[in-house]
Amino acid sequence: MSAAVMQAKLWYAQRISAMILGICVAIHLVIIFYAIRGGLTAQEILGRTQGNLTFAFFYETFVLACFVHAPIGVANILQETLPKSGIAKPASWLLAISILTLGTTAVIGVYSGGAL
Amino acid sequence: MSNTDLKVKVWRGAEQGEFVEYLVPRNSNQTVLDVVTYIQRKLDPTLSYRFACRVGMCGSCAMTVNGVARWTCRTHVSQIVEGDSLEIAPLNNLPVIKDLATDMREFFNKWKGAVGFFKGNQSRHDDFAKVEPQSEERQLANAGIECIGCGVCYASCEVVEARPNYLGPAALNRAWTLTNDIRDVQQLERLRAVAGDAGCHACHTQGSCTERCPKAIEPTASIAGLKKLVARAAVKGSKWGKL
Repeated sequence: MSAAVMQAKLWYAQRISAMILGICVAIHLVIIFYAIRGGLTAQEILGRTQGNLTFAFFYETFVLACFVHAPIGVANILQETLPKSGIAKPASWLLAISILTLGTTAVIGVYSGGAL
Repeated sequence: MSNTDLKVKVWRGAEQGEFVEYLVPRNSNQTVLDVVTYIQRKLDPTLSYRFACRVGMCGSCAMTVNGVARWTCRTHVSQIVEGDSLEIAPLNNLPVIKDLATDMREFFNKWKGAVGFFKGNQSRHDDFAKVEPQSEERQLANAGIECIGCGVCYASCEVVEARPNYLGPAALNRAWTLTNDIRDVQQLERLRAVAGDAGCHACHTQGSCTERCPKAIEPTASIAGLKKLVARAAVKGSKWGKL
């Protein structure tokens, strides 16, 4: 696959992940407004998310969409801002792995309530 | 100096140079090209600049006037003068040969790089190709077909500035019109040429090209068309095949 075709696919992946993120952010905000009516405590959040597969699935989808979307954008910004540094690829991979690892750890955490 | 004189700062030199101020008599219905011509004929014959038709058909007299790329022949001084001052510089994003003349080779080579030229498979012995005027392809091609290659969009594009290998709005607009030319036979080759970060996918949709185009063409829309078409061709394939 040529670099240009790869870049076209990345562009497509970023647009699709943006659509998913748009929906996820909207749902996330609505849930926040709904959930904080009675105050916000860790116990309350965990009570809602612990053992709840729907929540876990939703937030993992959110994490995966971020994992695809953000690093592609950051790579483009770095490539245009610091074209000769060669930092775009390693920095965006580092960001991608961080988002996936930290995000998934958080999802497992709220699903299991820290039991794992 | 009479109180109707214009103070005109003109770029002198090549990449290295400076603005030199000239006093030019103010006339009614005076264009920026009239001002530059006056300076060269009456004040300093060593001033270099490029023009041909003087009526907005050839696209050779584009310059940066008061910070904005424009056709000087169709820009009246009264439209853009700030007090009594004008600043005239060569187009951005192109190497300066001398004074107000830029080297346009890279600009036109990028048209070639975007496969921005027609190739058919019919000969003079074949019947005329029939293109329905109301067909979607013809309408899309029509929207971008009037480009005369003046370079105003290219000089106004921030992405060209950030990515010197970016094909630029004019070349991509031409590629889009040809993509919608049902007689052309280099479609897949063209999609490959305009794919990726040196091509349509680097466009930030900032729209400076569309805002500045003297022919009111919308290269931003053409590039958006290419982005979708090329990305789909890379992932799912197109009517001409997969990239």
